[in-house]
Amino acid sequence: MKILVCIKQVPDMESKFKIDDAGTWYSKADLAWRMNEYDEYAVEQAVQVKEQLKEGDITVLCIGSDKVKETMKKALAMGCDRGAHVSDEDSSLKEPLQIAGVIAEYARDKGFDLIFTGMQSQDRGSGQVGLLVAEMLGLPGVSTVVDFSIEGGVIAAKRELEGGMKACVSLKVPAVITCQLGLNTPRYPTLPNIMKAKKKELISTPIAELLKVDARQGTEKMYFPEKKGGGLVLEGETPELVEQLVKILKEKTSVLS
Amino acid sequence: MKLLLVAESREGKLLNSSYELVAFARELGADTAMFLVGAEGDLPAYDGTLYLADSGTAGEYNPSCHKSLILEVVEKENPDMVVFCHSSYGWDLAPRIAYSLNAAQVSEVVEVQDGQLVVPACNAKLRRKVKTSTVKTVVTLQAGAFGLTEEPAGTPSVEKINQDSSDGIEFTGYEQAESGGVDLGKATIIVSAGRGIGKPENVSIVADLAAALGGEYGASRPVVDAEWVEHNRQVGTTGQTVAPKLYIACGISGAIQHLAGMKKSEFIVAINTDKDAPIGEVADVLVVADLKQLVPALTEKIKSL
Ligand SMILES: Cc1cc2nc3c(=O)[nH]c(=O)nc-3n(C[C@H](O)[C@H](O)[C@H](O)COP(=O)(O)OP(=O)(O)OC[C@H]3O[C@@H](n4cnc5c(N)ncnc54)[C@H](O)[C@@H]3O)c2cc1C
Ligand SMILES: Nc1ncnc2c1ncn2[C@@H]1O[C@H](COP(=O)(O)O)[C@@H](O)[C@H]1O
Repeated sequence: MKILVCIKQVPDMESKFKIDDAGTWYSKADLAWRMNEYDEYAVEQAVQVKEQLKEGDITVLCIGSDKVKETMKKALAMGCDRGAHVSDEDSSLKEPLQIAGVIAEYARDKGFDLIFTGMQSQDRGSGQVGLLVAEMLGLPGVSTVVDFSIEGGVIAAKRELEGGMKACVSLKVPAVITCQLGLNTPRYPTLPNIMKAKKKELISTPIAELLKVDARQGTEKMYFPEKKGGGLVLEGETPELVEQLVKILKEKTSVLS
Repeated sequence: MKLLLVAESREGKLLNSSYELVAFARELGADTAMFLVGAEGDLPAYDGTLYLADSGTAGEYNPSCHKSLILEVVEKENPDMVVFCHSSYGWDLAPRIAYSLNAAQVSEVVEVQDGQLVVPACNAKLRRKVKTSTVKTVVTLQAGAFGLTEEPAGTPSVEKINQDSSDGIEFTGYEQAESGGVDLGKATIIVSAGRGIGKPENVSIVADLAAALGGEYGASRPVVDAEWVEHNRQVGTTGQTVAPKLYIACGISGAIQHLAGMKKSEFIVAINTDKDAPIGEVADVLVVADLKQLVPALTEKIKSL
């Protein structure tokens, strides 16, 4: 089984964001970076499939600057076999169609049986890339998957719908699957596996070799939303905060009476 | 400008979210036509042409069949924009339609500013104004971002369409949400634990405060996914929708899917170390503090009252 997993490196969402000089993206300075949360489930699922079938080869692909290799190493330490880094200093300017185009161009003719992506990235959050890859390669694509199993090349997957309901689907490989939170329990890489990952293949290709699609959209402006509602913000030491909060609850609600 | 609104139904029942598409079109002052795979017995209150495919034959959601139906309607109506809800139906179909139409797709629109679409970024901490350069655009609307100001009314003029197509994804049935256990919908006070609790042992900090207040405890999704708390306590689009007198969110960032489940609460308190956490947008009070210190102290104080 040949498997491709697409991952993105994103900032920690608890970071203090600033807008960049162009005013069209967040500034990349002083941020902590990690693997897009949804993609951790994608990597884990790929590794579980390989473990279950006792055979397979997993390529992890990431488009971004040299820095994304740190995140790719985590995927290698979780159990991916090789890394395909697509080197691009301006990946934040690429729209989902271009990202998908690069992935499809890479995957074409390589005979992947399964392609896993996250259902969305935490920073851009378009939720488009996986399904666009499926369309470009003419493969069936199933999004928002919370349950996945495979036997004899037949996939049984559950798509998550609103309100906790699920739609069950069945399809054959090759296929594209986009992974939703809770699909599995992503493993923590062990120290020996982190060491082993250092020796795994990690090849960089310049994006120009794979980018054949023009952008159809761009960002005019990125900004902080206006604070609406005007809720109260309390800061200070714990005892005072508790006093203030209890006072407010007494005045504004009936729950303490 | 002309919009094709892609309404939604499940098991033959029209979903109310479909009216958000109408509200969006009104805001743009655009002409519309509507498309629905649904049942003749449950049509939207809508004045205009409704292209209706029977859910009996087009089936419950089947990507390639619904895609070809929509493309057929696009052919007839030639809309400038195809509009979906940003839902499990909409976000799955939209990229497929956009790809076929060579259209730009803008996901999860929250607002229209001077005719331009605005979407969230970075877990709703930021906003992004998008510019597109294609003749047609495909958009999905964030749930709840556009609401009708009046009761939907009207009678559609129905035009039936049908198609047969399959791409090898076979729908094998629905699995209903788990039921039973606590009914958070009945609680007047809810204290919820988010990923900020850090470890499973800390669920008790939150549960203790709930108990001291005579309420129930809930949780955000990561806490449930990690199996620290059972699923029937999850608040949000894929969990419970609640509207208690008091909702205290402990270590919850305020993602849209969580807010959708609790923003109608009468009074909202958020306890978070991050002053910029988006939960601040709906909170009446945001306490900037470490929940591990603040919550136990608050519980003690309340017990002593
Ligand atoms: C289709 C879909 C459906 C979803 N459905 C749901 C749903 O039903 N319900 C739901 O909740 N989510 C849902 N989600 C997930 C949602 O997008 C968020 O990922 C999730 O709500 C985040 O949970 P959180 O706020 O607990 O965690 P995070 O976003 O990680 O936030 C943790 C917060 O804790 C704060 N914090 C950290 N340490 C402390 C401390 N010591 N003291 C105080 N604060 C601290 C941080 O500042 C941060 O704001 C869904 C997502 C998708 C895509
Ligand atoms: N720069 C990237 N490199 C590799 N994969 C990506 C990249 N950006 C997005 N993806 C994949 O596409 C998914 C959806 O991203 P998006 O459409 O931006 O929400 C992510 O979860 C990743 O699996």
